[in-house]
Amino acid sequence: MERQSFLKDRLIPIGTVIVAIIAIWYAAAVFLNAPFERDNAARNGETITFAEIVPKTMAQERPVLPAPHQVAAELWDTTVNKAVTSKRSLVYHAWVTLSATLLGFAMGTVLGIVLAIGIVHNRAMDRSLMPWVIASQTIPILAIAPMIIVVLNAIGLSGLLPKALISTYLSFFPVVVGMVKGLRSPEQIQLDLMHTYNASSAQTFWKLRWPSSMPYLFTSLKVAVAISLVGAIVGELPTGAVAGLGARLLAGSYYGQTVQIWAALFMAAGVAALLVVIVGLAHSAVLKRMGARA
Amino acid sequence: MKTKPIAMHPTDMQSLSESSIESTEMKSPAASSVVCATNLGLTFETADGPVTALTDVNLTVEKGDFVSFIGPSGCGKTTFLRVIADLEKPTSGTITVNGMTPEQARHKRAYGYVFQAAALYPWRTIEKNIALPLEIMGYSAAEQKERVARTLDLVTLTGFGKKYPWQLSGGMQQRASIARALAFDADLLLMDEPFGALDEIVRDHLNEALLKLWARTDKTICFVTHSIPEAVYLSTKIVVMSPRPGRVTDIIESTLPKERPLDIRETPEFLEIAHRVREGLRAGHSYDV
Repeated sequence: MERQSFLKDRLIPIGTVIVAIIAIWYAAAVFLNAPFERDNAARNGETITFAEIVPKTMAQERPVLPAPHQVAAELWDTTVNKAVTSKRSLVYHAWVTLSATLLGFAMGTVLGIVLAIGIVHNRAMDRSLMPWVIASQTIPILAIAPMIIVVLNAIGLSGLLPKALISTYLSFFPVVVGMVKGLRSPEQIQLDLMHTYNASSAQTFWKLRWPSSMPYLFTSLKVAVAISLVGAIVGELPTGAVAGLGARLLAGSYYGQTVQIWAALFMAAGVAALLVVIVGLAHSAVLKRMGARA
Repeated sequence: MKTKPIAMHPTDMQSLSESSIESTEMKSPAASSVVCATNLGLTFETADGPVTALTDVNLTVEKGDFVSFIGPSGCGKTTFLRVIADLEKPTSGTITVNGMTPEQARHKRAYGYVFQAAALYPWRTIEKNIALPLEIMGYSAAEQKERVARTLDLVTLTGFGKKYPWQLSGGMQQRASIARALAFDADLLLMDEPFGALDEIVRDHLNEALLKLWARTDKTICFVTHSIPEAVYLSTKIVVMSPRPGRVTDIIESTLPKERPLDIRETPEFLEIAHRVREGLRAGHSYDV
């Protein structure tokens, strides 16, 4: 196979897409923000040319769609220029959300694996549990999240844990589905081999089913970690917008601070991308240790 | 089988003849023989109705035998091997392995099984694959190491222990899977078309190696194949089987010497046995498609 070139295979295609997105974004910002400028000019009895409108559409305080550089400036201002402990720092809010995400992701992964083991080893669990697992995901998370928060608050649980539980609720699902498939992925011949050794179920599990399921586990974890973040953000919405990326989104929409909303969205996307990359690196490291082809 | 000229209900007669065989044969040959099947039958219940995989199989394998099972696909040769290994349960008749039921024999790890595919675990190196049964059976680390080295040498794979399965050719992978079956102390080796997926040159080489290995280790081998030359070359006893329903049509005791160079396959004696195997297959309508 040809050696991969960073410039040819990565930078040029990805760069082209990014440039295209930014161009479309600027065009859309001009198109969407122009009516405000025209109305403004009409109110003042002035006529305004297109050339005059364009720069104004990119510098509004509350634009319909902020221009990319406005979002970038807001991101820079709220991450670099503010102390990370400040409530105005996006890093602080991102950390609040991230901690709930990681706790929820960890609980969701453990719950998902435990349920998958039960489903694979027990016929009754297979029959009874799987429909409930699937049904759990048909309930809109936006509907159930406030109820979880309220109920847990009533029994004295607030802060990190309720948000993490909503992350858990979302993230256990891909892990269950992936791990059930993964733990069932050994071929009959490999299972027969274990049978001829008179291996116990525990031995078959640790020496065959568990290693076989690793590729499935990590594929599920990539999905799970991303929706864990979504769960944590959704969990922050009904808490009264105290802290976290969800709180920034909510506060931004209360006060029409679109630049703040977009900055929070980009922060969330960046955190999600980082988490997926970390899971991806763990995946490659595990596969390498398991002797996969280089 | 003894026949009794007394009118009886068929099931009574069957149970009587079975029990009489058990009482006469179980004590002497079954106790010393490695595998002893009596009127063995196996019927699979499928969605399309029952399928008879084996019917009325009577066979004794003595210690040190090299027994080949030959026949077209669907004749039940693999099924019979799986019954010995307790991977399938017979629906009629009796079978003993080392004088026990197959299940008891499996619990005592009485046999090593070599499958059609090498079935090596891709995340384990070759030596780790060979150590797999040893780990499961609780051998000490030192003993595992010693046995892995010994069996690697036995299948001439010394130096490949640290490789992963995908780094080895198909023939080497199958040799590693044989080493895995030899690593623990099972006197019985069950081999289900182990060389079926390999080309003829590699197969010749492995057949020769297998005979040497058999001579060195003094194991009893049950070997399933669909190749007449392979069966004749390897075996002390050839069991010819036929499909629909799966049954034994002929059992041939080989007259070839234990020492067998590859060119023994051109001797008249060899060709005569091969001819008889072919006749047995023809008699079982194995050539009717």
